[in-house]
Amino acid sequence: MSEVRDDRQYTETHEWILDNGDGTYTMGISDHAQALLGDMVYVELPSAGDEASAEDEFCVVESVKAASGVYAPADLEIVEANEVLDGEPELVNSSCYDDGWLVKFKSDGIDGLMDAATYSKTLD
Amino acid sequence: MKHTPLYQAHIDAGGKMVDFGGWEMPLNYGSQIEEHHQVRNDAGMFDVSHMTVVDFKGLQAKVFLQTLIANDVDKLKTEGKALYSCMLNEKGGVVDDLIVYYLNDEDYRMVINAGTTEKDIAWINTQAEGFDVSVEPKFDLAMIAVQGPNARAKVFEAMPGVEDVCGELKPFNAASLGSLFIARTGYTGEDGFEIMLPEKSAEFTWKMLLEVGVKPCGLGARDTLRLEAGMSLYGSEMNDQVSPLEAALTWTVDLSDEDRHFVGRDALEALRDKGVKKTIVGLVLEGKGVIRDHQKVLTSLGEGKVTSGTFSPTMGKAIALASMPMGAVGSCEIEMRNKQVSAKIVKPPFVRDGKVLV
Repeated sequence: MSEVRDDRQYTETHEWILDNGDGTYTMGISDHAQALLGDMVYVELPSAGDEASAEDEFCVVESVKAASGVYAPADLEIVEANEVLDGEPELVNSSCYDDGWLVKFKSDGIDGLMDAATYSKTLD
Repeated sequence: MKHTPLYQAHIDAGGKMVDFGGWEMPLNYGSQIEEHHQVRNDAGMFDVSHMTVVDFKGLQAKVFLQTLIANDVDKLKTEGKALYSCMLNEKGGVVDDLIVYYLNDEDYRMVINAGTTEKDIAWINTQAEGFDVSVEPKFDLAMIAVQGPNARAKVFEAMPGVEDVCGELKPFNAASLGSLFIARTGYTGEDGFEIMLPEKSAEFTWKMLLEVGVKPCGLGARDTLRLEAGMSLYGSEMNDQVSPLEAALTWTVDLSDEDRHFVGRDALEALRDKGVKKTIVGLVLEGKGVIRDHQKVLTSLGEGKVTSGTFSPTMGKAIALASMPMGAVGSCEIEMRNKQVSAKIVKPPFVRDGKVLV
């Protein structure tokens, strides 16, 4: 079974979003998503200061098996990208909710996210 | 979906099962990359029981195979000797690639691909009309490939009696031991054996191999290993519409005996005389990203196309086999997700016996 953490929210495209409480959010992909994609070999990240509109593909995670776009959940501005992933993309597999986070961004608010219980049901 | 005799063993080992041409097979047992390294550095095993063994017996077995396939089985003189070849259609396209083993002039064994089995058997039976040869698919055989620098030693440890028969076996040769047929062949670029055995012995043999530390490896690692080894995959590098001359498989075609009229020969000679326009080369990505199947490749001589792309765990870089204009050398650009990334054109293999060659 995939792990779903209660402290954060989820998108329909299997990203997680953690509200840091200061107008910034941290984002990554869910345990379900990393398991589906398999061994990560490359993560293409935006840079601090980059802006993205809702639904833009603004990161790409590539596993041995496939490339998968990561989509902006709202209009946002990147605060920080997890550059450790350049050298250790496998952190997205081994620690998708902690060390394997993708980006931190600023946003005025995000609509349409699921809580952990609702997201868990979509995985059944 | 169809299951091999090792299906339960895969489930027990945590295999992530996928549909592979109608067979439910393990893609990996956790990490495809770890399985890849396991084969390059030690020993891993693959269930390849979905592949099909076909025996050819009869007075005209030899002359029939000299007609059926593009390589010449007349090269095979000693018992157990193996030959890689393609069988072609009349237009020179590849019906399948295969290995044929010599037992004697009236007895040969062939291994064909799983996904093409039905088509192949129908094709072979049609071609066999008028020949004194029986075509006998052995659907009751399982096959386990044990591969890696320590593979042979571990097989000897796990399977009593095998070392006596196969200890001195040379690469691309096979030997029989009771109901076992053991070939020093593979699809990884490493040493090892491919063991054909009765399906009822498969699970026991698998467990014995597990006990001596041979790790199960899935189809994912099998693909990255064969790609690093520069080996063709039927349906990717070649198919019914592609000639072996266009797929860097000219070395598997034997035109030396002018009296040997194998199927597709006329078409191959016509293509050769007209000039072959494309071939399969290797690509090593110089920028970041992963090369994927079907991506477009741009060269000064025209466009090419990726036939098999992946990330090479051994090299830590993206690599590919690609169908390219004949003569393309140096650098090229690959169109990847709306951007162009430079790649170097190389001659496969990328990796052999654990060493990077490009």
